[in-house]
Amino acid sequence: MSKKDKIFTVKVRRDFCKGCGLCIAFCKKEVLGVSAKLNRMGYHPAEPVKPEACIGCLMCTQVCPDLAIEVYSE
Amino acid sequence: MELLNKWPIYYKKDVISHYCPGCGHGIVHRIVAELLEEMDLGKQAYLVCPAGCAVLAYNYFDFDVIESAHGRGTAIATGAKRANPKLFVISYQGDGDLSAIGTAETIHSANRGENICVVFINNAVYGMTGGQMAPTSLIGQSTMTSPAGRSPDVDGYPLHITDIVATFPGVTYAERVSVSSPAGIKKTKNAIRNAFQTQVEGLGYSIVEVLSPCPTNWKMTPAKSCKWIDEEMVKEYKPGLLTDKREEKRKERA
Amino acid sequence: MNKVFMSGNHCIAEAAIRAGCRCYFGYPITPQNELGEYMAANMRKVGGVFLQSESETAAINMVIGAASTGMRVMTSSSSPGVSLKQEGLSFLAGFEFPAVIVNMMRGGPGLGNIAPAQGDYFQSTRGGGHGDYRTPVLAPASVQELADLTVKAFALADAYRTPILLLGDGMMGQMKEPVVFPEPITDLPEKPWALKGRGDGPSRYQASLILDGLEMERHNWKLVRKYKEMAEKETLCELYMMDDADFAVVAYGTTARIAKGAIKRARKDGLKVGLVRPITLFPFPDKILQKVAYQVKNFLVFEMSTGQMLEDVKLALGGKQVEIAFHGRPGGVIPTPIEFSRVIHRYYRRILK
Repeated sequence: MSKKDKIFTVKVRRDFCKGCGLCIAFCKKEVLGVSAKLNRMGYHPAEPVKPEACIGCLMCTQVCPDLAIEVYSE
Repeated sequence: MELLNKWPIYYKKDVISHYCPGCGHGIVHRIVAELLEEMDLGKQAYLVCPAGCAVLAYNYFDFDVIESAHGRGTAIATGAKRANPKLFVISYQGDGDLSAIGTAETIHSANRGENICVVFINNAVYGMTGGQMAPTSLIGQSTMTSPAGRSPDVDGYPLHITDIVATFPGVTYAERVSVSSPAGIKKTKNAIRNAFQTQVEGLGYSIVEVLSPCPTNWKMTPAKSCKWIDEEMVKEYKPGLLTDKREEKRKERA
Repeated sequence: MNKVFMSGNHCIAEAAIRAGCRCYFGYPITPQNELGEYMAANMRKVGGVFLQSESETAAINMVIGAASTGMRVMTSSSSPGVSLKQEGLSFLAGFEFPAVIVNMMRGGPGLGNIAPAQGDYFQSTRGGGHGDYRTPVLAPASVQELADLTVKAFALADAYRTPILLLGDGMMGQMKEPVVFPEPITDLPEKPWALKGRGDGPSRYQASLILDGLEMERHNWKLVRKYKEMAEKETLCELYMMDDADFAVVAYGTTARIAKGAIKRARKDGLKVGLVRPITLFPFPDKILQKVAYQVKNFLVFEMSTGQMLEDVKLALGGKQVEIAFHGRPGGVIPTPIEFSRVIHRYYRRILK
């Protein structure tokens, strides 16, 4: 199966995210956005807003300083 | 479902770091932990963390860590590596630590060609103490102790310490990178990998200077901070390879 | 081993190597250069590390690095250099790392001179660097004792996990005397706390940063308990001609040697004078002094300073009905036994009146 046919799921570990927005800024497919709700630390964490657009490039996991993003493939 | 970005085994699980949102330390920490795993060095790793924001790095790294007095990282690293050459010794330092108070230790450990790796986080400001001017601050950069902007007449010029040590015969590998973009992060990982490899082969001193965002003290958003690195900081500190004497040293040793 | 004729500085270096010290870091400063030079010539022969550092500050931090791996490690310097080492001494105390630091004192303050002096007593015994800690101090008075106390210093450092100061002066370092060395120690204590890489076990860290106030307080009291235990078990003091004495001189190191010469003279003249010589300056032998105070009511403290150990003597004898006098020659002046015997005569006569 080529990468194109795979389905990717991006998950943000809400309470580990400090809402710095780097993943949002660097995601080419605009998969991620800012959550309206606060997390336990009092930040607005990132959350997938267009999850179906994820191409599994892992850019968001690379720029995340807090290891708060997990990307799964099926 | 398969997790694509596995948690590095040498990074403590489920700890929320004390770093501010968007701080570059977290990225570099992850890279160091990933490389120790990929290169199978974690079991003998010995990291010296500085006095600075990264002083608490031992809360995140899951291998042996010692903390140092401000600026003395490479002296402690020297002592440890000389005492036990089997250790894989990394000195993790910031710009105030490495290029102000620790200048002598930096210059001389480099000049001796100590077989250690130095990870140098340059964010052009003193982070932990609240954003005072660093030797690496840019001309015109406004900080808590240069509120009107750094002036060469008063404060001198930005110090290029990695460029200085790169000219030493004892320094085998020196590169400047930035973690301001995914591409930069990839280059950072490669540079640190090369630095680690230098020590593994016993080829001498290696240093990687990482231009790293400090959104809190720069008073910018994290995304804007990355842009500032790419647009302003790189004008003063040009990323790129500064020296790579690995091949000639390999030949010397053969 | 046979007797050898050796200078004090060489003797410390040889004794350290025999005590299992395998790392030496130092920076040249008179009057202790011969120590580093001896290490340079001999340390590598036994597979150890000798490194001339770029500064005393770097040297003491290299000591921290080497000590953290479990090695027996030493550095040496003289007064101005030891001032620079105080940062590291504070860290060593905070980390609870064993190490031996030699100070061959010279005249001060500032650059002072290179003549023997005892002006660093306060710096040595009061902690010296920042924070709530002390450094145990050993003060030898002969080349043989330099050898013995160097070996002891390493044992104490390991047993109590603390930096130990070996306090001599220019004269101790430069003078030559016969010395018999102990056999080399091969059986060194295990150090389970040392950082050797995590291997297959859990990771560890060593830090002197304790952000929580209560925890830092606990750490401070832990250090105090350690010093108290040392005071009970490790305090050393020599009593010389004290059996029938009615007048006691208190002196350490070089001045104690001079005092012995002076006491011999005074004894010939029929004066019943003895010497109390603290060998550990911290912990200070105050209990021994208090015992002496039952027998002797007049004390004469003799130092090559303006009166530093004097304060410890006063503290030890506080509340006792005794008189404490002082004679000091600071700044690098070495008093002679004749001079000091005259001083003893003078005080003695005053008491008899």
